Amino acid sequence: MSTIRVQTADFNIEDELALVRSNPSVGAVTSFIGLVRDINDGSGVTSLTLEHYPAMTERALANIVHEAETRWRILHTTVIHRVGELKPTDQIVLVLTASAHRGDAFAACEFMMDYLKTQAPFWKKEQTPSGSHWVDARGSDDAAAERW
Amino acid sequence: MLNILYFARLRETFAMEKESLNVPATATVAGLLIELRARGGVWADALGVDKRWRVAVNQNMAEIDTPLKSGDEVAIFPPVTGG
Repeated sequence: MSTIRVQTADFNIEDELALVRSNPSVGAVTSFIGLVRDINDGSGVTSLTLEHYPAMTERALANIVHEAETRWRILHTTVIHRVGELKPTDQIVLVLTASAHRGDAFAACEFMMDYLKTQAPFWKKEQTPSGSHWVDARGSDDAAAERW
Repeated sequence: MLNILYFARLRETFAMEKESLNVPATATVAGLLIELRARGGVWADALGVDKRWRVAVNQNMAEIDTPLKSGDEVAIFPPVTGG
């Protein structure tokens, strides 16, 4: 079972966790939350705008979930990614995985974040005191995805 | 015809969100990129072989030799930076 959402609204991990805990076969839950930082590459960030490719986004996220489900024994996955304008300390993304035992949940969660970083069509634009600019992709993200 | 979409930095650089183009003679992503680069200026610069861009065909990540046919949606965008 999986939950995939792309939304402007914030999310609450407690709500997502409650859904997963309702399945008594679940023995392990791992989650990752990405947050907006107030500094990136040395310059202050006052806000962040997340653009996406709506027709492709949910399909790309579903592909990532499917890939994780073929590699590990997963009982539930949740992927929520926000779009629009966000401020430092805001939540950007939630990836949550649930399995019977911890190994599958840990590995699948990290895999899904690494793949999301290089495969899901989102782009960040940062607003700083000196103007706005698009965030460049990091080579370290490609390397993180390739190790799987 | 192909439905071409541009996103993020490339959309701003080209000052264009979308356009319709004929399927290139080679009927591949590579052929389309050659035609777009032939426009010169920002097109040649931003889509140069040394620049970083990605292409999706019908909402799936594509490669340079991915075939194209009439009716396809082709999106051209910078490497993604979500998460």
